[in-house]
Amino acid sequence: MPTTTANPAYKLELTSSPHVHSRWSTKQAMWFVVISLIPSLIASVLFYGFYQILIVLTSVAVCVGTEAGVKYIRKREITVKDGSAVITGILLGMVLPPNFSLVFTAIGAVFAIAIGKEIFGGLGYNTFNPALVGRAFLQAAFPVAMTTWTIPAFSDAVSKATPLSSLKFDGIPAAIQPMFFGNIGGSIGETSALAILIGGIFLLVFGIANWRIPLSMIIGILVFGALIWLINPAKYPDPLYHLFSGGFLFGAFFMATDWVTSPLTGKGMWIFGLGISLIVVVIRVFGGLPEGVMYAILLMNAVVPIINRYTKPKVFGETK
Amino acid sequence: MALEIMPDSENIIIPLSQHIGKQAKPVVKKGDAVKAGSVIAEPEGFVSIPIHSSVSGVVQKLHVEPNTSGFPKESILIKSDGKDESEKYEPLDYKTVTAEEIKERVRIAGLVGQGGAAFPTFIKLTPPEDKKIEYVILNGCECEPYLTRDYRLMLERPVDVVTGLSLIMKAVGVKKGMIGIEDNKPEAIKVLREAAKEFPEITVEALETKYPQGAEKMLIKACIGREVPPGKLPLDVGVIVQNIGTATAIYDAVVKGEPQLYAALTVTGKGITTPKNLFVKIGTSIQDVLDYCGGVKDDAMKVIVGGPMMGVAQFDFAAPVMKATSGIVVLTKDEVNAHPETPCLKCGKCIEACPLQLIPTKLSRYSQLEKYAEAEEFNITTCMECGTCTFTCPANIPLVQWIRLGKQKVNELQREKK
Repeated sequence: MPTTTANPAYKLELTSSPHVHSRWSTKQAMWFVVISLIPSLIASVLFYGFYQILIVLTSVAVCVGTEAGVKYIRKREITVKDGSAVITGILLGMVLPPNFSLVFTAIGAVFAIAIGKEIFGGLGYNTFNPALVGRAFLQAAFPVAMTTWTIPAFSDAVSKATPLSSLKFDGIPAAIQPMFFGNIGGSIGETSALAILIGGIFLLVFGIANWRIPLSMIIGILVFGALIWLINPAKYPDPLYHLFSGGFLFGAFFMATDWVTSPLTGKGMWIFGLGISLIVVVIRVFGGLPEGVMYAILLMNAVVPIINRYTKPKVFGETK
Repeated sequence: MALEIMPDSENIIIPLSQHIGKQAKPVVKKGDAVKAGSVIAEPEGFVSIPIHSSVSGVVQKLHVEPNTSGFPKESILIKSDGKDESEKYEPLDYKTVTAEEIKERVRIAGLVGQGGAAFPTFIKLTPPEDKKIEYVILNGCECEPYLTRDYRLMLERPVDVVTGLSLIMKAVGVKKGMIGIEDNKPEAIKVLREAAKEFPEITVEALETKYPQGAEKMLIKACIGREVPPGKLPLDVGVIVQNIGTATAIYDAVVKGEPQLYAALTVTGKGITTPKNLFVKIGTSIQDVLDYCGGVKDDAMKVIVGGPMMGVAQFDFAAPVMKATSGIVVLTKDEVNAHPETPCLKCGKCIEACPLQLIPTKLSRYSQLEKYAEAEEFNITTCMECGTCTFTCPANIPLVQWIRLGKQKVNELQREKK
């Protein structure tokens, strides 16, 4: 006589299909991003000294603490283990000037998490990249500290200026080669294109960063940069200068590729990337600021919901 | 793992409904002696098929029994006498048989599609007059990962597969036949190309290996480049798709005169002691099949009938193997990879993964919020529930599970409107 009740010999799970899952989880993806930032961290210590690690650590500690605090106040589950606050912390630390005040860093970190992320509902719900929100706040609150640059270790330069500011305010362009390796003035993590590329390619290989965003941004900056440059090669920087200067590559691989604040569809990602590059070139060439990657990404973050609405993919077999 | 025939079990449970459509009506009573191949239930209505005994023995009773679908079903219990006497139809020559003879034989042999939905095969062989059918495509892609029974059928019975396809083509009156096989099965492609030499109108296509390549819509697109529009059937683009297992079953029914007595199935997963490919008599309990494969290991977490992507997790191993059962997969914790769910990270991976180019993250959200009008607008009913989105989602959101629920609601609402 067949039994009609569950067989107690086995402890079986009865969820509905699919019954298997890829190895990916939110936590794993986040920690992979952390790993991808290690080359840039090493480069910053190399060029600007050990103190920069303190800035990044301060930022990370305050970000994690703020997230835990906000979750505690809102009586929600403390989710700092997912690593997302750690990423925001590292990213914020790395877009600050070398030897930046630790107190200011902490203030920026509180703002990044509390206003940039948790106020929207936490991970997954924020419109703007939290690290950039924190940086934008610091830029507005402490403009002088935010534009005080440091001469890197192996440089015989006397100017502390970044390649973009020296070009903008003094009309002196920097050479491309030090910009590629990072031996030049700029934010902690953004000066070495090489270190960024190593980390960025790591993200692309594991499919964490979608290749469309950095690629469209790079194509965009080269095309828009070239168009302006061709108008007056003596006055405007060439496209490669645009590509390797400022926080462009750092933004392209680590900021714009943030899942939460970038578009959902492939087509949307192309629009997003090209849009960022266009705004970057416009700000750098026509704006009052030497650098515009941060504002470009924040502006494009704001239009992501609209991009998503108009880039709905055509359903399989649909004829329209 | 070559297909082997599993010996008959003593107790056989044959559900009256193993197909889409109306349940068959029993025509035997307690104490009746039956042979393997005897009709024990007759079709009722058009979309219905007869049910045969798979063993020789004595009818015990008619009773509601556990079923692999999760819903207990009326079934006929038969005690096998171990003699294995059988009843057959008259064998027909595949060269001279007519279209009408094939269709009638497929109907009385009670064949159903082997792809999972178990739609009566004879209906599929009788397309509406106004649909012009150009192709019959056989699915040699294996519907699910883990399963290898179609692969084994292709390797071990290539001539029967090809002849079965030619019978389908004759029944439907179609000149072009294709067998689509994923390119990770070069041996199967080779032997079928060899076997197809006798039939110049049959070609074998090597397709990219990618789940769910065996899904009808994907298969048609890969073979002939046509897309089946949302809400339409393969018939609407001039195609009939059949499974490898269906082709061999048609061959058996027509050329050998045998109704479907066996299900060819893969028993696999890290949780089973000895993985096997088996011909199992219909009505054999899952428990007997598992025991025949050395039993379930201690760290087994799930026992699934079907494949790991679309199969049904079982809670009662008394449920029997049915006509369209394609596999039993026993998964361990290690294979399940259960991670905690987090909020959606808007990474877009589910959109990139969806073979039908839907937006799973939106559909599942609409379903959760009971916004069924929006869900309908975003084509929730087009979803074929392949599970690729849930598999991919790094946030571990049960996307297809929510979509499945929303789909049912939307379908209900649509029916109410009519």
